[in-house]
Amino acid sequence: MSVLAIVEQRMASEVLAAAQQFGSDVKAYSIDLPYTADAYTSAVEELIRKVNPTLVVFGHTYQTRDYAPRLAARFGRTLIGDVIAARFEKKDPPVFVRQMFQGKFNADVRLVGDGPHFVSIQAGAWRADGSPQVEKFSPASVTSRQVAEPPFREAARAVDLTAADIIVSVGRGIKEKENIPVVEALAQALGAELAASRPICDAGWLPMDRQVGSSGQTVSPKVYIAVGISGAIQHLVGMKGAKTIVAINKDPDAPIFEVAHYGIVGDLFEVVPALVEELKKTK
Amino acid sequence: MKIAVAIKQVPLRDSPLRLNAAGTWIDEDTLSFEINEPDAYALEEALQLREKHGGEVIVISVGPARVSQTIREALAKGADRGIHIESSSIDTFGIANLLATALRPESPDLILTGLQSDDLGYGQTGVVLAQLLGLPSSTIIMQVEIQPGKVRVKRELEDGWFQHIEMPLPAVLTIQSGLNKLRYATLMGIKKAKTKEIKVISLDGAAEVAPPSAVIEKLYAPEKNKQAQIFEGDPRTAAAKLVEKLRFEARVL
Ligand SMILES: Cc1cc2nc3c(=O)[nH]c(=O)nc-3n(C[C@@H](O)[C@H](O)[C@H](O)COP(=O)(O)OP(=O)(O)OC[C@H]3O[C@@H](n4cnc5c(N)ncnc54)[C@H](O)[C@@H]3O)c2cc1C
Ligand SMILES: Cc1cc2nc3c(=O)[nH]c(=O)nc-3n(C[C@H](O)[C@H](O)[C@H](O)COP(=O)(O)OP(=O)(O)OC[C@H]3O[C@@H](n4cnc5c(N)ncnc54)[C@H](O)[C@@H]3O)c2cc1C
Repeated sequence: MSVLAIVEQRMASEVLAAAQQFGSDVKAYSIDLPYTADAYTSAVEELIRKVNPTLVVFGHTYQTRDYAPRLAARFGRTLIGDVIAARFEKKDPPVFVRQMFQGKFNADVRLVGDGPHFVSIQAGAWRADGSPQVEKFSPASVTSRQVAEPPFREAARAVDLTAADIIVSVGRGIKEKENIPVVEALAQALGAELAASRPICDAGWLPMDRQVGSSGQTVSPKVYIAVGISGAIQHLVGMKGAKTIVAINKDPDAPIFEVAHYGIVGDLFEVVPALVEELKKTK
Repeated sequence: MKIAVAIKQVPLRDSPLRLNAAGTWIDEDTLSFEINEPDAYALEEALQLREKHGGEVIVISVGPARVSQTIREALAKGADRGIHIESSSIDTFGIANLLATALRPESPDLILTGLQSDDLGYGQTGVVLAQLLGLPSSTIIMQVEIQPGKVRVKRELEDGWFQHIEMPLPAVLTIQSGLNKLRYATLMGIKKAKTKEIKVISLDGAAEVAPPSAVIEKLYAPEKNKQAQIFEGDPRTAAAKLVEKLRFEARVL
C-alpha cells in the first residue's frame, strides 16, 4: 500500500513509524508554509493529487484536527482520527482501532472503497524508530481566508507544576466547588501541589494554571495522585510520565487504572479523608 | 445576526455502558441522554452573541426521535427555534451533509458546533460541514469576537498556547468547553420553549446518502494491562495499604 505521511514538527517520528507499519511505499512530506486551515487544505490536496497515495497519515495534533477533516471531505472521505493501532489482515483494506466513549471502548473501523483514505494517529501510540527522508512541499499557489496571528501564551503561570515532587490532581468526581477542600487536605498532608483535570478549571473551581493535560501542563512528578479523574487521553498525555501513579475512582473500569501503579476503587469522599488520617497517623 | 448551533445528543455522563449482543454498538435501551458538553458551550456562546448583536439562534440536531428532548432544552435556555433531522446510523460525512442541506436555505451568518462529541469523539463534523457549505472554519475556539463582516477568534493550541485568527463571515467555528459560563434554563424559559417551533425533517424521500467510507465493525472493552495494584473494600484498610506501599515499595513518601 502506498502511504503519504504528512509531517509537522509535533509527533514527526511517530507519524513516520506508523506510516512504515501501514505500507512499504512511504513518502513523507512537510508543508513549507505558515499554517492556516485553507492554505494547508489546498497544499495537501495538491500533494495528494501528485503522489496519489492509498493512505494519508497524520499525527492527531490540533493542526490536523483543524484542516484534515476538510481535506478528507474534498475526497468524499471521513478522517479516521486519533487511531491507536492498526491491523492488516491478508488483503487490504486494513482495520484501524480507535477509542470511543471516552476510552471505555475500542472500536474496529474498516475502510471501505478506494483510496485515498485518511488516518491520524494518537500521540504516544507508535514508538518513534528510524526516520526516512522528509521532503518539503511548496504548493503552486496559496490562498487563505483565515489570517493567523503569531501564537501566544497567557500571562506567566503563577504555579509551576513541573517542579513539584508530589501532585494531587482532582477531577469531576469531586462534584462541586465546595468539595475542593477534601482534596486540598490530602495535598497538604503530603506537601503536594494541587492540580486538576480540565473541567475543574473550565468551571473556575481551580485556576487554569493548575490544569494538567494536552492543553495544560505536562508533569512528571515522583507521585501523581488522580482523584475522581476518568483518564481521558488529553489528560493522560500530561501526566503519564509520572514515576508513580495512584488512581482513586469509584469506577473499576475507568481508563485511569490502565496507567496507574496503585489504585483504590471507591468513593473519594470516603477514601481521601481516610488517606489523610492515615498519613497524619504515621507521620 | 443569524447563528446556527449544531447540537448532538450523547449518553448521560457516567452512564453505565453495555455493548449490544452483536458487539457492534452500545445497548441504548436503558440509557438516558443529554447535550454533548462542548455543544452546550457553543449554544451559550450563540446566546451571548445574540444578546450583544441581536438576531436569532437556531439549534439543529441529527438523530432519532429522542433528540427532540435535547432540542427542547436548548429552546428553554433561549434558542429561538429548532430543526430536528430524523435519522440514525450514518457516518460523519452523511451527518454533515444533512446539516448542510438543512442549513443552506437558512444562510446563517455564523455556525457553531462543539469541537468533539463526548461519545464517539471524531471531532470533525463542524469542519466537514464548513467544507460542504464552502465556508471558512476554525477549530477549538476559546473566544469569539464579531467585527463588521468578519470574526476574530482565539484558537487553542497545545500546551497552553493560543492564536488569534480572523476570517470573513459567514464562517463555521468549533467551540471548546470552558469559553464561557453556562446558564440554566429558567422556569419562564421552559414555559416559553413549549411554544417554540421545532421543524422536523424526515429522511424519507430525501436525497440518497452516500455509503460511508469507513464502517465501525466492532466495539469492545480495551484489554486490561493489570499492572495496577488495586485495593478495594473498606476505605480505611485500603488507605492504610496504599500509604504502606507508597512508603516501602515505591519509596516515594
Ligand atoms: C448506530 C450508529 C452507527 C454508526 N455507524 C457508523 C459507520 O458505519 N461509519 C461511521 O463512520 N460512523 C458511524 N457512526 C458514527 C457517526 O454517525 C458519528 O456520529 C459521526 O461520524 C459524527 O462523529 P461524532 O459523533 O464523533 O461527532 P464529532 O465530529 O466529534 O462532533 C463535533 C460536533 O459536531 C456536531 N455534531 C455531531 N453530530 C451531530 C449530530 N448528530 N447532530 C447535530 N450536530 C452534530 C456537534 O456540534 C458536535 O460537537 C454510527 C453511529 C451510530 C449511532
Ligand atoms: C482538544 C481537547 C483538549 C483537552 N485538554 C485537556 C487537558 O489539558 N486536560 C484535561 O484534563 N482534559 C482535557 N480535555 C478534556 C478531556 O477529554 C476529558 O473530558 C477530561 O479530562 C475529563 O475530566 P475528568 O476525568 O475530571 O472528568 P470525567 O471524565 O467526568 O471523570 C470523572 C471521574 O470521576 C469518577 N467519580 C465520580 N464520582 C466519584 C466519587 N464519588 N469517588 C470517586 N470517583 C468518582 C468517575 O467514575 C469518573 O471516572 C481536552 C479535550 C479536548 C477535546
